[in-house]
Amino acid sequence: MPAPIRLRELIRTIRTARTQAEEREMIQKECAAIRSSFREEDNTYRCRNVAKLLYMHMLGYPAHFGQLECLKLIASQKFTDKRIGYLGAMLLLDERQDVHLLMTNCIKNDLNHSTQYVQGLALCTLGCMGSSEMCRDLAGEVEKLLKTSNSYLRKKAALCAVHVIRKVPELMEMFLPATKNLLSEKNHGVLHTSVVLLTEMCERSPDMLSHFRKLVPQLVRILKNLIMSGYSPEHDVSGISDPFLQVRILRLLRILGRSDDDSSEAMNDILAQVATNTETSKNVGNAILYETVLTIMDIKSESGLRVLAINILGRFLLNNDKNIRYVALTSLLKTVQTDHNAVQRHRSTIVDCLKDLDVSIKRRAMELSFALVNGNNIRGMMKELLYFLDSCDPEFKADCASGVFLAAEKYAPSKRWHIDTIMRVLTTAGSYVRDDSVPNLIQLITNSVEMHAYTVQRLYKALLDDISQQPLVQVSSWCIGEYGDLLVSGQCEEEEPIQVTEDEVLDVLEGLLVSNLSTPVTRGYALTAIMKLSTRFSSVNRIKKVVSIYGSSIDVELQQRAVEYNALFKKYDHMRPALLERMPIMEKTATNGPTEIVQTNGETEPSVLDTKHPPPVTQPANQVRAGVIISKYAGLHLCNLYIGIPPMTAYNKNGLKIEFTFERANPNPNIAVITIHASNSTEADMTDFVFQAAVPKVSRHSLELILKCLIMKHSRFVQSKLCHSILKTLNLVESWVNMSECESRLT
Amino acid sequence: MIKAILIFNNHGKPRLSKFYEHYSEDTEQQIIRETFHLVSKRDENVCNFLEGGMLIGGSDNKLIYRHYATLYFVFCVDSSESELGILDLIQVFVETLDKCFENVCELDLIFHVDKVHNILAEMVMGGMVLETNMNEIITQVDAQNKMEKSEAGIAGAPARAVSAVKNMNLPEMPRNINIGDISIKVPNLPSFK
Repeated sequence: MPAPIRLRELIRTIRTARTQAEEREMIQKECAAIRSSFREEDNTYRCRNVAKLLYMHMLGYPAHFGQLECLKLIASQKFTDKRIGYLGAMLLLDERQDVHLLMTNCIKNDLNHSTQYVQGLALCTLGCMGSSEMCRDLAGEVEKLLKTSNSYLRKKAALCAVHVIRKVPELMEMFLPATKNLLSEKNHGVLHTSVVLLTEMCERSPDMLSHFRKLVPQLVRILKNLIMSGYSPEHDVSGISDPFLQVRILRLLRILGRSDDDSSEAMNDILAQVATNTETSKNVGNAILYETVLTIMDIKSESGLRVLAINILGRFLLNNDKNIRYVALTSLLKTVQTDHNAVQRHRSTIVDCLKDLDVSIKRRAMELSFALVNGNNIRGMMKELLYFLDSCDPEFKADCASGVFLAAEKYAPSKRWHIDTIMRVLTTAGSYVRDDSVPNLIQLITNSVEMHAYTVQRLYKALLDDISQQPLVQVSSWCIGEYGDLLVSGQCEEEEPIQVTEDEVLDVLEGLLVSNLSTPVTRGYALTAIMKLSTRFSSVNRIKKVVSIYGSSIDVELQQRAVEYNALFKKYDHMRPALLERMPIMEKTATNGPTEIVQTNGETEPSVLDTKHPPPVTQPANQVRAGVIISKYAGLHLCNLYIGIPPMTAYNKNGLKIEFTFERANPNPNIAVITIHASNSTEADMTDFVFQAAVPKVSRHSLELILKCLIMKHSRFVQSKLCHSILKTLNLVESWVNMSECESRLT
Repeated sequence: MIKAILIFNNHGKPRLSKFYEHYSEDTEQQIIRETFHLVSKRDENVCNFLEGGMLIGGSDNKLIYRHYATLYFVFCVDSSESELGILDLIQVFVETLDKCFENVCELDLIFHVDKVHNILAEMVMGGMVLETNMNEIITQVDAQNKMEKSEAGIAGAPARAVSAVKNMNLPEMPRNINIGDISIKVPNLPSFK
């Protein structure tokens, strides 16, 4: 069998391939040759074959059949073989294959080899891909090497120890004695890796952290030597001596000084020195300054130092180098919570960064701008941010839109401004807003009562322009459904009222229903809106026709809605006005917005009509969905409860007035409290007031009714009877309670 | 911690790929492709930092890259590394390669992948920076290469001959003999008539 070709030859051959298929063919031929060579157990050429295999692995071809060969190479005595073998092990093996455990013995022997380079190879491989079992077995050897005087091995052992600690945290204690005199080394390589090891130990265990705090003076001394020492050619990078080590030490100081006053005290001077003496013309100097700033912000430094740090960041922002600006924006974002005022000073520069061409910088600037918005600068900032929203890439629009909504909600100077801002966002980035913003907006619009006419008019105009942006269309159709009467009557104070007829409005809504651009959800909104207009407009016949058409729609959701609305027209016409009247002001719940309420607006009717199968009172996340329909007659049908619905007068006859108010119980928001106020406006007392409550059988959920009953006498406190009846129904009782009229008796 | 070090050319062909975290082979190739896709879109004068692609850990990890002629050097790091420090590290790595290969170019990386891996192993170990002193790294790498050569036996003879010639200390042959300006005084001939 001819000798296998050299790696170089293989590479040359592969490079001559002109197509992917040709390359694949060559590689497959070579793989076959390598496989037969492996089968022959040929020691001389194994090294060459594995090298070729690694090359093919890099190009993306499967090379797993070489794993065992790597092990054989590692076990060989020649350095060349070991080198390729360990490299192959690092590239091809990992802890998921059982084969790697076979390496443990080889590595153990090599860790005790006479040649330092072999030991180095073993340490390197263990540090790169050692699994927890391997680490457990070999930790002792690593610890021994950590104490050796050979600096080449010591630094490798230190990093290997870091890997061992990461894999098997319990072994951390084992390395503690070896760390005693790590910092007194002269060799920068060892110093660097020792600092890494100490950093890892401190990050993992608070005990270690307090133990190593005593090293702060030593670290400060080392740092001082680095800065003060003259030119040292071997460690110099662009005029600064060993910046990598400086950065590492600064990072360790940050961790040590984080919540400790004494250590922070000890570091103050050196940090100030580094901050003022480092040259900033090159990247190196800036890297050190950046690390210093982060450290100052993290430890308990004095205020003068903090101001210095923020000023350095401000200078970074004006630097021409994009990398520095990026880094400055990142750190300002971290510090804006704690040093808000100091960062505000640089607001204009940050806002300028929004216009930068670089995507990463724009993103950082956007996040920082949102963090800086407050009551004073909201108008100016919002102008900039809206301009940014217009011109930015699609990947930003969703985040920017939600940020704008949040900021507007918190700091809006006036309702009109708030609604204008929302309109602007919906029209420019309408298709990118998040799904939950639609109910939030609807709730906002409902609550700004005086702006209803203005809002509905603007939304209507927006809808005429463009019906492709779904959130905008959904909000608009909901508003038109609610406030269509205001739209048609032309009652807007804020703006020039537009003349719109009922037919035009219905045209637009019907247009939404048939348009291809509308999603099923939007169609649902539109249908419900049309239905609501039946109580607000006079052209009921047209609405009836539309609703009945959709009774045979293919979309199940639309069909169900249409059928129910139809039923509402036919059988329950008397209930229609009550059901479809204006939505009350909604409270904002902690977790969900009024999503449920918006959607149940149209859906409660079927549940009312269907008393045999009461609706499931589901409890999605923390909200109870229930509604109360109180009929005119003496009978209380408890079906669903709207949370936050305004008080309603149930009965007002013969001087007895009964009012229901609804609220959530504190502290448990899952309980709805219905308070019944009964007032007596006659001169006489009312006695024998019997109160009973009817609840339909609820199969799955327990419904607790706590009914408080108060009778207050009209203006005069005379012997009023207070009756409390607390009724708890737990799944079982179906009792009808009638609110019976009581005769007023003269006492 | 450094999660991965990738070198690929302007067309996305990988010239070196070293992962310090475990991914399957397919994922590794996908990561290379995804990283190339993200990095090649970048303009020349934007900053050298990017959010990592989805496969390599998303926005927790950053891609720090430098573009030299036809090669992209990409380091994928997590938040514990200083971004500016890694930029310097890439610079040191490239300068080391330059010193080891004498004016390194892409072909050197193509034909000597294993050597590049060895140099990298002296600089970064287990995802952490091991040594940043260029001379130190080169010394160690040279010593190990010498060990390899001494083991190579007969097969290594031609290579040894070549390196012996390179290391030969010949006195420099004068190529340009610059005599300088010799002004020859021409006697006034007419006086000899």
